[in-house]
Amino acid sequence: MNDVWQWDYAFEVLPGIVGGGLWMTIKVTVLASILAYVIGLGLALLRRSDLRIVSMVAWAVIEFIRSTPLLVQLFFAFYVLPDIGLLFDPVTTGVVVFGLHYATYAAEVYRAGIEAVPRGQWEAATALSLPRSRTWTKVILPQAIPRVLPALGNYTISMLKETPLLLTIGVLDIVGVAAEEGSQAFRYVEPITIAGVLFLILSYSASLLTRWMERRVGIAR
Amino acid sequence: MFENVPEYISTAADGLWITVGATVAGIAIAAVLSFVFGLAMLSRLKTVRVIARIYVEIWRGTSEVVQLYWVMFALPILLGYRLVPLLVGILVLGLNFGAYGAEIVRGAVQSVPRAQYEGTIALSMTPAQRMRRVILPQALVEMVPPFNNLFIQLLKGSALLTIIGVSELTHQGKEVLIPRNVSEAATIWTVILLFYLLLAILITMGMRWLERRAAALVGRQPTKRDSVFARFGGGKDPLPAEQSKGGLADLRRKGGE
Amino acid sequence: MIRFEDVGKSFGPVTVLDGLNFTVAPGEFVTLIGPSGSGKTTILRLVMTLEQVTSGVITVGGEYLSHMERGGRLVRADEKHQREVRKRIGMVFQQFNLFPNMKVMQNLTEAPVRVLGKSRAEAEERARELLDLVGLNDKVDAHPSQLSGGQQQRVAIARALAMQPDVLLLDEVTSALDPELVAGVLALLKDIARTTDITFLCVTHEMGFARDVSDRVMMFDGGKVIEDAAPDKLFSEPDHERTRSFLQAVLERG
Repeated sequence: MNDVWQWDYAFEVLPGIVGGGLWMTIKVTVLASILAYVIGLGLALLRRSDLRIVSMVAWAVIEFIRSTPLLVQLFFAFYVLPDIGLLFDPVTTGVVVFGLHYATYAAEVYRAGIEAVPRGQWEAATALSLPRSRTWTKVILPQAIPRVLPALGNYTISMLKETPLLLTIGVLDIVGVAAEEGSQAFRYVEPITIAGVLFLILSYSASLLTRWMERRVGIAR
Repeated sequence: MFENVPEYISTAADGLWITVGATVAGIAIAAVLSFVFGLAMLSRLKTVRVIARIYVEIWRGTSEVVQLYWVMFALPILLGYRLVPLLVGILVLGLNFGAYGAEIVRGAVQSVPRAQYEGTIALSMTPAQRMRRVILPQALVEMVPPFNNLFIQLLKGSALLTIIGVSELTHQGKEVLIPRNVSEAATIWTVILLFYLLLAILITMGMRWLERRAAALVGRQPTKRDSVFARFGGGKDPLPAEQSKGGLADLRRKGGE
Repeated sequence: MIRFEDVGKSFGPVTVLDGLNFTVAPGEFVTLIGPSGSGKTTILRLVMTLEQVTSGVITVGGEYLSHMERGGRLVRADEKHQREVRKRIGMVFQQFNLFPNMKVMQNLTEAPVRVLGKSRAEAEERARELLDLVGLNDKVDAHPSQLSGGQQQRVAIARALAMQPDVLLLDEVTSALDPELVAGVLALLKDIARTTDITFLCVTHEMGFARDVSDRVMMFDGGKVIEDAAPDKLFSEPDHERTRSFLQAVLERG
């Protein structure tokens, strides 16, 4: 029992970590990413609103959420949402909190992308008397969004690495399952190392995907 | 609803000092590792570059929670003895964020214009003189804003220490205050979030001061930003990797007339 | 003072210099002219060791620059050897390349103190003399960013002179300046060329200056010297059609 690494124990825990944990990590990351990118775009547009009060509130919300820990926000939602009648299951709570937290990062990314569209594009749209909504949907966003995709992809990678936080509200991702296995057998080396390797594989493949997107965007421009 | 707030504040404050201590110590370790490995990634020796790259990829590529568990529970089996949770937390914060910081240092050094490097050659400076006297002082200015982001991410990351049982700020909420007053969860967590916000503002103020000092050093204006809150871009997200900006990275690539 | 023997330089598949031979005598002022992309700047960068030769040998002041002798054989120079030889060489860049993190005085004293091992007092005294020479003795404590382009270039010239070089390379030193500042910088350089015995190798598009100050002018095209003559000869009755058309094009541009 004193071997530093035990292969048979490693193979015993592997299916559970991959089958249960990995699937949960991917599910939460994908759903929360979609939520983050949609809400983030909304926040970015509110941030640019002509109404000063609207843009100020959007700014304050973004900065507050960005500056405080995701874990505490997760606890906030977990304990407070039921009080106000929102009885989400833990996975949904996790997706919503992750989505909102990362929406504030996405908002800044969109903002930078929008600001990178040359002024002349706005002026040309004005010269053609395009209505404002049409300018946004047909001129500005189609130019801004492809450029920000790689940066958004990088945030998805960050999010991936934060899914283990969900174990604090009882949702077991890769690390959650690994820690569970470890505590049952009083042996953490194998499950936690497997979890680490899985994360390396995941974030490496995700970064390849992001780089591929970067090249595609580079070509499109 | 608010009559218990003073009690919440004083109880949370017990954990505040541990959060502050872990954050400051984590920042100190991360800063040192950032420079050591950031410069190592620019070394002329391939072995040194590879070692630095492996450190950065492992600590950036895995999750902070994995790292906490690993150092807390797996490492003792290899080591033969256990580290106290607070020490584990500080080490992991330093090692994890040091890996991100190394990329910041590398990127900033590479962003110093190649012309500056050529200037040092024309004056026959040694490689060490080039780096210490000319390149690094200029790179420092570029580093401050991304390090501001990184240190706030580190502060936020310190909340995870609660998972391995460090009684820091978040722990005080989850394990002390919530069990006592679960009906006032909203107030409790708001108090704690505000503490974190306050610490984030303090970090930003400190870094703004540093940025002004660094900018004065190279005789230029600090970058304009909306307020003490406003920061550039994301922070701990992986930097667009290997994106050279035509700086020192291109030294080996020769350019024509 | 400078000797190129069969020097070739390629960047990947592109050959910039091809079997180049020329010498510059001590104290001589030689100007390189020619269309852009003809390899003029590459020559300066080779002498400054910012680039390395692909083939051939460069010597400076009788010492090998591109190579060194080891065990009786000629091998490629290492960084240490080049650092020793290039102490004799200075360069003024198109974009000045002053260090923005140092004030004017420190820009001038940094290398003399740390590379040549002079005392700080000696270096500062010399720096003040040089700032007098370039007419900027009131800017000792300024940051480079507070100076105009013309002033920055004067400081850069002083900085190069502070190293007491035997060879000074001038790489299109007025190209980045506003038109009204060009004349002052050129006059300063002319003054320095007349009063010192420094060897100059200069790349410029200022034909009036080249004619005025040079001992010899070399016309470059396609990586080769196609004409090498005294300025009066080259500017008034060039032998080559290519030189003539180049000079005409430059003059028409103004």
